[in-house]
Formats: sequence, C-alpha cells, structure tokens
Amino acid sequence: MIEFHLDAHSGVAPYLQLIHQVRQALRLDLLSEGDQLPTVKDVVGRLAINPNTVLKAYRELEYEGLVAARPGLGTFVTRTLGDGSPATIAPLRRELQRWLAKARRTGLDDESIEALMLTTFRSATEGEENIA
Amino acid sequence: MIWLTWRQFRAQTVAAASLLALLAIAFAVTGPQLAHLYDTTVATCHTQHDCPIAINAFQSEDSFLQSLVRLVMLAAPALIGIFWGAPLIAHELEAGTQRLAWTQSVTRLRWLAVKLGLAGLASMAAAGLLSLMVTWWSGPFDRIGAGRMDPSIFSERGIVPVGYAAFAFALGVTAGLLIRRTVPAMAVTLAVFAAVVSGFALRVRFHLLPPVRLVSALNMSWVTQTGIGGPAGPNSLLVSITPNVPGAWISSSQVTTAAGSTSLGPPPPTCGANSTYSACTAAIGRMHLRQVIIYQPGSRFWALQWYETAIYLALALALAGFCVWWVRRRVS
Amino acid sequence: MTAVLEAHGLGRRYRRRWALSDCTLKIPAGQVVGLVGPNGAGKTTLLHLAVGLLQPTAGTIEVLGDRPAASPAQLARVGFVAQDTPTYSGLTVADHLRLGAHLNPGWDARTASDRIERLGLDPRQRAGKLSGGQRAQLALTLALAKKPGLLILDEPVASLDPLARREFLQSLMEAVVDQGLSVVLSSHLVADLERACDYLIVLIDSRVQISGEVDHLLGTHHLLTGPRRDPARLPEGQQVISASHTDRQTTLTVRSEGPIHDPAWVVSKIGLEDLVLAYMSRTVGAERRPALEVQR
Repeated sequence: MIEFHLDAHSGVAPYLQLIHQVRQALRLDLLSEGDQLPTVKDVVGRLAINPNTVLKAYRELEYEGLVAARPGLGTFVTRTLGDGSPATIAPLRRELQRWLAKARRTGLDDESIEALMLTTFRSATEGEENIA
Repeated sequence: MIWLTWRQFRAQTVAAASLLALLAIAFAVTGPQLAHLYDTTVATCHTQHDCPIAINAFQSEDSFLQSLVRLVMLAAPALIGIFWGAPLIAHELEAGTQRLAWTQSVTRLRWLAVKLGLAGLASMAAAGLLSLMVTWWSGPFDRIGAGRMDPSIFSERGIVPVGYAAFAFALGVTAGLLIRRTVPAMAVTLAVFAAVVSGFALRVRFHLLPPVRLVSALNMSWVTQTGIGGPAGPNSLLVSITPNVPGAWISSSQVTTAAGSTSLGPPPPTCGANSTYSACTAAIGRMHLRQVIIYQPGSRFWALQWYETAIYLALALALAGFCVWWVRRRVS
Repeated sequence: MTAVLEAHGLGRRYRRRWALSDCTLKIPAGQVVGLVGPNGAGKTTLLHLAVGLLQPTAGTIEVLGDRPAASPAQLARVGFVAQDTPTYSGLTVADHLRLGAHLNPGWDARTASDRIERLGLDPRQRAGKLSGGQRAQLALTLALAKKPGLLILDEPVASLDPLARREFLQSLMEAVVDQGLSVVLSSHLVADLERACDYLIVLIDSRVQISGEVDHLLGTHHLLTGPRRDPARLPEGQQVISASHTDRQTTLTVRSEGPIHDPAWVVSKIGLEDLVLAYMSRTVGAERRPALEVQR
C-alpha cells in the first residue's frame, strides 16, 4: 500500500498531487495490477485534507482507466502505465548509476550533478517539442 | 439533566447532609436530657418558689450547643443562597461552559427549570429538616418568656427557614445571572438577603396580622419605675411598666389616664421627695390609670409563620420566573 | 442540494456596534466550509447565531431547515465546539461522556468510547488536567457522538501546538468520512483551512466579502502584473480587489468570471492566503493608508 504526502506550498492543487503520486508509483512498480489504493478515510486521516479532494483524484484516475472503484471493497489498480515494465527500467537504471559514479569521480558535487541532469533533460525535451 | 444537576451539586449536597447528620447526632444525644431537666426543674419551679434560679440554671445548659444552633439557624439560609444559588448560573457563565451545556439536545428552558427545581427543592428540604430538628430540640427553651414569638427566635423556628432558604436561593441565582461572576454574586446575595430579612422582621412581620390592643386598668405588679418628667413635661408623672403576657410579642406598652391621655398630670402629693415608694405607688393606684398594650398573642405563632413563609416563597417564585425569562431572552 | 445554513440580511448588534451586518449566505450540504477572517470580524458572532446562543438583531437564519435551537430535535442535529473548547474542569472524561449520554437522545456511546480509547484519554482524568489538544479532542468527541448532521467549530485549533493541530484535523476529517457530516470551521489563519475546506466564506469587518467553492474562487481570482496603470480602466466584468503600485509597476488582484486577454498583463494564479489578504487590504485600505502617508 502506498502512502501519500502533500506539499502545501508547491502551488499544485492537492488532487493533482495525489494523481501524480499514483502515476509515479505505477511507473516505479510500487503499485501493480490488483493492488488496493489507500481508502479515503486512511488518506484523510493521515493528511487532514478534504475527503472530496481524494474522491476527485480517484475519480480522475478511474476516468483515465488506471483504477476502478469496487463498492464496499475499495479502489484497486486495473492497469499499470505501459511505458515502463521492469525489464526495460532495470537496465536504464543501471546505466544511470554508472553515469552517476563517473560524474562523481570527475569531482562534481551533488548540486552540480543535479543541475546538469535537469538542464540537459529540459533542453532535450524542448528540442523534441521544437522538432515535433 | 437530573444527573448533571446532581453531579454539579454533589459537593454541596454531601457537605449539607454531613452537617445535618452531625447536628442530628448532637440533638439526639442532648435533647431528651434537656426535656427531662426542664420537666423536673423549670416546670415545677412555681411550686418550689425558685423560678429565677431554676430558669437561669436551665438556660445555661448545653450553652455551646445553644450558641451553635443560633449561629447555624442564622447563617443557614444565607449560606444556602450563597453556595447553592449564586454558582448555579454564574459558574457556567464565568467558565463559558454554557456554550457546551446549551448546545446539547436540551433546551435552555429545560436546563434551567431542572436546575432551579432540583437545587431549590433540595435547599428547602435541607432548611426544613434543619428547622424541624432545631424546633424540636429547642422546645424546652422556647417555653420560657416570650419564647418563640421573640423576633429573633421566630426566624429560627417552624417553617419560615424554608421560606428564607427558598428566597436566598432564588436571590443567589438571580444575582449570579445578572452579575455573571460567582464571588461578587455571593457577596451581593448575602448583603441583599440580610437587608431584606432584617428589615422584614423589624418592620413588616408585626403587622402581618392586625395586632391586639389591650386596654385595662393599670396592673400595679407590672410597674417598674415611677418618676417625674419625660415627654409630657417637666412636672408630669412618669410611670413605666413591663407587662408580662406569657408567650406574646409585645410591641409597645403605655400608661394613660382614664380618658386615654398619655399626659398623666402632676404627680400625687405623696410622691414627693420625702415619701416612700410604697406610699407613692399606693397613691398612683388610686389615680385610676390605665395601661395600653399592643401585642401579638402567642396563639398566632403559626398564622404568622404561614403568612411570612408564603410571602418569601412568593418572592422566590417571582425571582425564579424572572431568571427563566431572562435566560431565554437575553443571555448568550 | 439542500442548504445546511441559510441566512438573509442577518445582523447582530451589541449596544451601538454591529458585530455582524447584512450577512446573506447559502451553505450547501456535504462540504467542509471554512469561515475565515481577522480577529473581531464577526466569525464567533455568526457561529453563535447559527447554534442559537445568540438571537439575531436583524434578518433571519435557518440551520438544517429550522430556526437555531428551536427545539430539542433541532439542537440534536447540530454539533458545536466553542472557542477554547469549554469543558467542565471538575468533571472527568467519563463524566463528560455520561453528560453527553444524558443530554442527547441520539448519543452513540460506542463511537464515543471508541474515540476516547483510540485517543488514549484516561476516563478518570479530570478535564481541567488535560492538555489543550486533549480537551479539544474531548470536545470534538462530545460533538460527534451525538450524531449531528452539521458540525460547527469555532477556531478549534487556534491555541493548539502544530502536532495537536494536525491530529485534531486528521481526526475531524476521518469523522467526516465516517459520518458524512457537513462541517463549518472558523479560523483566522488561512493555512489551517486550506487543506481541509472545499468551500470558503471570507468575513471581514462584520460583513461577508466573498463566499464560494474553493476551486471556483481560485479559478476566478487572478494576480495581474504589468506597467503602471490606473485600475479604473479595466474592462467590465473584471473587479479589482486590491491594487499596489510602484512608480513603474502595478500589481492587481482581480476577480473575473472569464479569462483575461489583455496582453499588457502577466496573469498568474493566486493562492488562497493571498486571496484572503487581498480582501483584507481592500477593507482596511481606506482607513489605514492616510495614517501611513502622514507618518512618512
């Protein structure tokens, strides 16, 4: 069972944050098909947020076809996000770990590595968008 | 609501019950002995010609308990008002707990009615029980002299203490409601209660029933003082009497001429500087003077008790009604 | 949808001052409603009118379809936790539950004792010896166990430390899920309400400034920044809530149902706290600014 957290100052609506965390959990294999999402009462009891927020997030996920609500039982995952099966993710992760080790050996500190990764990612994404 | 009232007044109720129990024990131990002593010494004192001695000796029996009883009967109704009445509403308003009590599923009217009713009845019952015990125990003492018609004794016997308790309680509740603080309400209750009760006893009680006006020939055995001067003039005869009407509450006694004037005229010649007391009194006896005594006879004890109690109960009810009206309309 | 609370021109006066004036509201059911405003704005007055602790001086108010405190049945439908959570300091926790059981026909003893146990409160502890957070939880238990349809809370977490505050709100939200309650919650801090509320009422200077669903409010209020300009020249349908100017730049908080197309403005979203602050500065501005000018 995953646990939600809320960033009150991110400017992102709470229900969107919940949706994002579910999708991320699906991507990282923390949630698989058939797993139950935390009940509305559990989420609300931990985060002290409005139940309607949780319901809205779960409804949106259901609309996207990722989860299904079973009355009286809870809300369950119906499909994972196709883009990342364990087989494809694992080698990518290993490659990334190797690159990180290499970056550290050159003497870069954590902040510089993070900045490098983010700027490269952003410019690459923008580049793709420009092309597309 | 009944449970809550009991729980909130538990401490006061237990304290009152304990005090009553202690007093009951003291009375049970000393009462029968006192009655027996009275029967053997004072009741027979006329035949033994030692009344003043017997009465004096009797009246100094159990003097500590007597003083305690007087103190208790004096203080009890006022204390009931202060400790049962004043906190009833004031405590809630002070602590703000009315915001809890008035948002349960009980209306304000029911809340107040139960509290007033239960605590009011309890105070009256306590006062009644106390008065019952004290009236029984003091029986022998009250048969001496003016006894129970004496103004201060009257307030401590029979059923008037019940009326006082009800009035003090209602007064306490009202003060607490208007002042909204317990301690100031207690002080105000005490002050107003004392003023009303003493004022009533001094000025109103005697006139609850039209007093008896006895006009008769001067009873020479009642004369206590003769002289010259006084309000009628520097040359006027002055005669003072101390009437002895057993069990009566005497308001005033005067000596008048046969025609009814308080100005007795010049003293008889035999009451000059060279005469004897007995010659003077004999001369006065021949003047056909009269005495005017205004009093309430002892037989009216219970009638006066009922009237006074009724008045105090009516006052208590009026105050209670005011409280109910005020709480429903005005308080927040 | 039925309204849990309806007020028309509601007002309450103390001697010469109007603590609340011209209040017209229609609060829908099934929501957690936040009542926000600075101290002295009239929040407590409004809530006390809603539970029948006060009588209106003007206007009308209806709660769950009936006059407040009109009957024992109406009283049973509304739960109330007053400011500073008053409890009887001489009575124990268990005594308080007994009080609830005796004074409320709809009392659910099971819910009450379960909650007390889960909260770890000692039934034999006197309420006067409890911490602020524990007293607040006790008061909440009393209000919840009578199974109301509407729960009203007056600044319940104002004097609590952050942990107690969080625990109280968690507890409250769980109860909302469990019992399907409607809640009206007041606070002078927007942060307290932001997580929990989906409907907001802004009360400033004894008047309702704005009210509505939080999503709708956030969607219709915008922050506009741009070159220095006179706010009076904005088009129809766009209402300026607050404005601040430097010599070159103007920043406006604007309320508008439709989108804003003027390219001279940079339009950004506004957070709930800033929204409320904008309304507060609008009301305060007229009285306070002249004094500041003089000081400068």
